[in-house]
Amino acid sequence: MRAVKSDIPLRKKEEHTLADIGVGEKVRVLELKCEGAYRRRLLDLGLIPGTEVRAVMLSPLGNPMAYEIRGSIIALRLEDASKIIVKQENEKERVKGAD
Amino acid sequence: MSIEVKGSFLQESHEELERGHDYLVALAGNPNTGKSTVFNHLTGLKQHVGNWPGKTVARAEGTLEYEGNRYKLIDLPGTYSLLSNAVDEEIARNFILFGHPEVVILVVDSTCLERNLNLVLQVLEITDRVVICLNLMDEAARKGIEINVDQLSRDLGVPVIPTIANRGEGLKELVEAVAEVASGRTHTSPHHFSLKPEISKALDKITPYLEKLVEGLPNARWVTLFLLEGDARIREALETGELARRAHVNERVLKPKMSELNELYGLIEEASSSIWEPIHDYIVTSIYADSEEIASRAIQHAEKDIKHDIDAAVDRIVTSRKFGFPIMAAFLIGLFWTTIVGANIPSQLLANGLFWVEERLASTFGAVGAPLWLEGFLIHGVYRGMAWVVSVMLPPMAIFFPLFTILEDVGFLPRVAFNLDRLFQWAGAHGKQAITMCMGFGCNAAGIISCRSISSPRERLIAILTNNFVPCNGRWPTLILMATIFLAGIYPAKASSLLAAVILAIITLVGIFATFIVSALLSNTVLKGESSFFTLEMPSYRRPQFLHVLYSSFIERTIKVLYRAVIVAAPAGGIIWVLGNVYIGGSTIMATLAGSLSTLGRLIGLDGMILLAFIIALPANEIVIPTIIMGYTGASVMTEIASMAELRALFAAQGFTIVTAVCLMLFSVLHFPCGTTTYTIWKETRSVKWTILSNLIPLTVAFIICFIVAQFAYLLGFG
Repeated sequence: MRAVKSDIPLRKKEEHTLADIGVGEKVRVLELKCEGAYRRRLLDLGLIPGTEVRAVMLSPLGNPMAYEIRGSIIALRLEDASKIIVKQENEKERVKGAD
Repeated sequence: MSIEVKGSFLQESHEELERGHDYLVALAGNPNTGKSTVFNHLTGLKQHVGNWPGKTVARAEGTLEYEGNRYKLIDLPGTYSLLSNAVDEEIARNFILFGHPEVVILVVDSTCLERNLNLVLQVLEITDRVVICLNLMDEAARKGIEINVDQLSRDLGVPVIPTIANRGEGLKELVEAVAEVASGRTHTSPHHFSLKPEISKALDKITPYLEKLVEGLPNARWVTLFLLEGDARIREALETGELARRAHVNERVLKPKMSELNELYGLIEEASSSIWEPIHDYIVTSIYADSEEIASRAIQHAEKDIKHDIDAAVDRIVTSRKFGFPIMAAFLIGLFWTTIVGANIPSQLLANGLFWVEERLASTFGAVGAPLWLEGFLIHGVYRGMAWVVSVMLPPMAIFFPLFTILEDVGFLPRVAFNLDRLFQWAGAHGKQAITMCMGFGCNAAGIISCRSISSPRERLIAILTNNFVPCNGRWPTLILMATIFLAGIYPAKASSLLAAVILAIITLVGIFATFIVSALLSNTVLKGESSFFTLEMPSYRRPQFLHVLYSSFIERTIKVLYRAVIVAAPAGGIIWVLGNVYIGGSTIMATLAGSLSTLGRLIGLDGMILLAFIIALPANEIVIPTIIMGYTGASVMTEIASMAELRALFAAQGFTIVTAVCLMLFSVLHFPCGTTTYTIWKETRSVKWTILSNLIPLTVAFIICFIVAQFAYLLGFG
């Protein structure tokens, strides 16, 4: 039911973003694919590579999603969340920044 | 209290801060850490505190006396970082960098230490005169977080004072610590994070050059860092000479020469090309590495986090697909219903009392032989206008505002924003518009000021232009009255107040619907653009501070709003009396004006008098109904106006039907903003064009909707 707009930057098929995970899933940030003020804000919220993030709730209308980041709960629109590349916790360690 | 609005960069007047105090203390911290609560407790001021990030949009000032010294406190808007350049965060950044505070109190949310340390470590780079106020210790305890305060203080190198600000705990110690640091009795040795050698080297090279260019600039190293990072606002401030003005308070300063600037920019470019990683990334990453380490040393997760689990469970229900919207609807209807039911009897009593006084006043006037026109003007005009506004507005406001404040304090508004955001996305608007919209329920002017928390100018303008579609408290009396006497009045009392509440909720939804449609239209036409990113922090639920709620909602909101209404209603009452009692060519001025508006009024389901009332009530929406009543009754004395049945009969005699009532409510919700709001829009946008549009758009919408409803109803044989 989740609607992700088409303006998501091109990315490799196997790459997961924060917009792809379901409520309760836990992931680690690999990379931020955005620039400018948005990148700064995400970094300031503590979303630096290696940070653990958990999806905690989805809006009744299917967007945005709220995530637990370093002890606080932050809601992001899925288009914005799709710019944050993550890896599943159980996945094997991948080479950081391989793009 | 003076809340100053700082629109442009580095504008605050320095001289004004210099006088009348011994120490200047800045209060900074992440959003929603309880800064305003600390500020209120320390200064004794009662600034309104809401449980949502971004409450303080401008800085507030207050003073504190301790051991014979006067401390001037500046409450800065919440900020996540000094490196950020969001508009509201800039105020905080600029003050810490250039405002020469003697001490900075950093209010830290102890439930979320790691992230808060990001700002702390940045500030510690700038100044060693810092006191950490480790707030929300009770919440941390409920979350099973134990913090070793001594360890934290040792690691940060500055005093750390644990507090529970809403109960006033630890604030005495905080003041002591501030006094110690201000006087230099406490020696601090703040933690510094290490910069990469190539960045340090670049800073070493460029900073002296900047210091030469802008002599006496405080924190030149940081300013260089901003320039190195490509901060456009700082660059602009340097070029226009604003930075220099900040450094030399009273002297005339020339703008830096182009050649000098180019030399500086050349150095910066050269340095940036040798630094690979984006500087902001690098700094934040290294700060967080330190934060994690410091936090992990200081924190012990002692027990299971029960509070977190409860919050999560509540959130799951409040934002669930099944219950999310029903719960919001129930809150809205419940809010209206409680207001209507609770206000009923006090309103009657007040009205009886005030009109009893009017009779006594009138007979006194008669006894002393005052001229009839004076009695009419003063008593049946000025006094009656005031009495009406007080009796109709005071009880609902005294109920509505505390209830609304509780919802705000608990932390419900961010959840509303979360639930509704998809619709704002659809409309191309900013997610925070949901919160500015909620503020509009209290007062649209306040709602428009709160739009400052939206950093994108396009989306901020959309939020400003559509704020008026949520009915403010000035319009509640009109809506409640119409809903009660014309639609619900036909049913038994108990059912009727619930029905009236449902009707109000529906009318409110019409306004919210108009917000979405108009926002979407704007963002597809004149304000085209993609919606910008937004991050919405969802604070933990907090128990409302009931005493504070009572105080802030009653004194801050109810009395102030009422005062404004009375100030406007009193002269308006006089004017209305004159319009209704001065005859030109056989009929009163009011009748003549109303007559000329009659055709237009009928077209949209109203009448000339109602339209005229909306125009007369431009300064304040509160007086729409009193104006209509005075217009209908003319010079005749109407003491029994408190009775709903009489009022209904009076309106019915003028041809009022259900269609009229519905159209009046719709027009009230959708029509142009009041004078105060329009003035606020002008102040916030500084644009005649947008100010005019902010009036024209709602007026057009109101006409179209009322026209369709009225014509449709006439076709179906109503009215």
